[in-house]
Amino acid sequence: MKSNCLQVLYKKELADHLKSKRFIIILALVAITGITAIYAAAYGIRSAVEEENNSFVFLRLFTASGNSIPSFISFISFLGPLVGLALGFDSINGEINRGSLSRLLAQPIPRDTVINGKFLAGVSIISLMVFAMGLAVGGLGIIMIGIPPTADEILRILVFLVLSVLYISLWLAISQLFSLLLRQTATSALACIAVWLFLSVFVGLLSGAISEVLYPAAKATTVEALLSKSKLELMLNRISPSTVYNEAVVTMLNPGVRTLGFITQDQLVGAIAGTLPFFQSLLLIWPHFITLIAVTMICFAVSYVFFMKQEIRM
Amino acid sequence: MEDKKVVIKTQGLTKKYKEFTAVNRLDLEIFEGEIFGLLGPNGAGKTTTILMLLGMTEPTEGFAEINGLNTTKDTLKIKRTVGYLPDHVGFYEDMTARENLRFTGRLNGIDDKDIETRINDLLERVNLSKVGDKKVGAYSRGMKQRLGIADTLMKDPKIIILDEPTLGLDPQGINDILNLIVELARKDKRTVLISSHLLHQVQKICDRVGIFVGGELLACGPIDTLGETVFKDKELTLELSISPVDDKLTELIKSINEGVKIRTEENKLFVESKEDIRKELVKALSDNDYELLYLKQSGRDLDEIYRQYFLAKEGVKK
Repeated sequence: MKSNCLQVLYKKELADHLKSKRFIIILALVAITGITAIYAAAYGIRSAVEEENNSFVFLRLFTASGNSIPSFISFISFLGPLVGLALGFDSINGEINRGSLSRLLAQPIPRDTVINGKFLAGVSIISLMVFAMGLAVGGLGIIMIGIPPTADEILRILVFLVLSVLYISLWLAISQLFSLLLRQTATSALACIAVWLFLSVFVGLLSGAISEVLYPAAKATTVEALLSKSKLELMLNRISPSTVYNEAVVTMLNPGVRTLGFITQDQLVGAIAGTLPFFQSLLLIWPHFITLIAVTMICFAVSYVFFMKQEIRM
Repeated sequence: MEDKKVVIKTQGLTKKYKEFTAVNRLDLEIFEGEIFGLLGPNGAGKTTTILMLLGMTEPTEGFAEINGLNTTKDTLKIKRTVGYLPDHVGFYEDMTARENLRFTGRLNGIDDKDIETRINDLLERVNLSKVGDKKVGAYSRGMKQRLGIADTLMKDPKIIILDEPTLGLDPQGINDILNLIVELARKDKRTVLISSHLLHQVQKICDRVGIFVGGELLACGPIDTLGETVFKDKELTLELSISPVDDKLTELIKSINEGVKIRTEENKLFVESKEDIRKELVKALSDNDYELLYLKQSGRDLDEIYRQYFLAKEGVKK
């Protein structure tokens, strides 16, 4: 009975998303920017390949930026949150305002199926979108540059797509939480956008400012001081999911990245320049993976508890 | 009435929101197959009571039972047999009426085949079969309300709880809804609980009503005896029009009962008394060649209840 209810709700939410104009607008936005980025990257890829060694050419489709157009991954890292927020900002308060939530809760279904169904449907939509995008873009890339990806590259792209799903789901969880805490859909949409702007723009500015205050440039003359300053800045930056996601994705799609954060010349002595194998890259970003999952879970858990305790009054 | 089976029972049901007591020690029994009206002004605690009956909010004290099932513990079982139409009912406006009903049916675990036949029957019944494939967003208030009734009937409930079903409807819409409700109780033998602040509209279809003001049940019983219980100690007022009006008339009336108060207003005589003196009065008048043109008793009927509690400003308690 319970799983059946969940299935019914899940299907309905899925259909709702797919039919909504909002979804079509977002999809169009992401598709256009994604294809533009890939096109620009593919255009400039020939010259890039001739200059450098030609390993992992396919991955460069995702990471390379054109003349004035940012790379595919920076587009996803910037627009991904918007997708998540748009899917969730009115999921609960919208139902309350329409008066359909009390009707829904009068049916013989456990209360948590409502919020579970909504979240699962959102995550499914995100996965669908991300994987469709990834595959379409990959296919387009093969046609444009004529080089098929290697098995290693395919694995890396898959991890990149999974990371993107997690990252966008995190924003879905955040927006769903706001839709529970705030009664008006417009207010929750604004709150979501405020959090998004803060985390993707202002955290970077603030972390620079804070580390500057704690380790003023004039005084930070020793190596240790400079190192701890940049470490602090990085850690503060990592408060933002965008930073975590960016680091993880860049590491994954660029096998040349061997460490995260700053290292000294001493530490580099004896290291042979080369690329990391897939599993080593994965190991490097494992904490990022866990962080993204954990924050998503925490946001969802908080909304779950709120929803279960909420008084349903119009 | 008394030997009937009790289907909804509350005992000492209380709900407090911090300082504010929304429902205060409510004892209520509703019998199988009757239409019970929970009547009271806005903010009297009707909706809170209903939410407690459905297990959607927990009582602070006391308990409620439906068919012997505790409403806070057996919520799922109760929701399988109880249909609930919330006030300001809303539908998914992008979906058609049929799609909305189908969704409700599936949530109740009904087979797909049965769902379709039931949807057809119900749409026919609430007179929406012609517009069943239109999106609900295009429906009028009255149509939505009728669809709401169809929606609560999807699970074929034994008990139906309707919260302000006539709110915001035009007279025709109100009539349609009330007729439908009567049919549900009389023809289908379902128990119906209606809450409303529109006493006059709803009273005529109720077997019994409870007057609910400020979180407390003032009186409960069949509509015609209700006034007497509420205004046991209150004076009766007779509104009379008598010809001719002269000084002797006053004396005559006073001779029937010493304690009466008499005042005149525009050809009309108002006589207040503790007891019902109608019989004696009419006899005395005819014996003394007075012509009685008009007589109306007021003070103990529903109109008075209405005037006293329902027209009072919100927050003003008895």
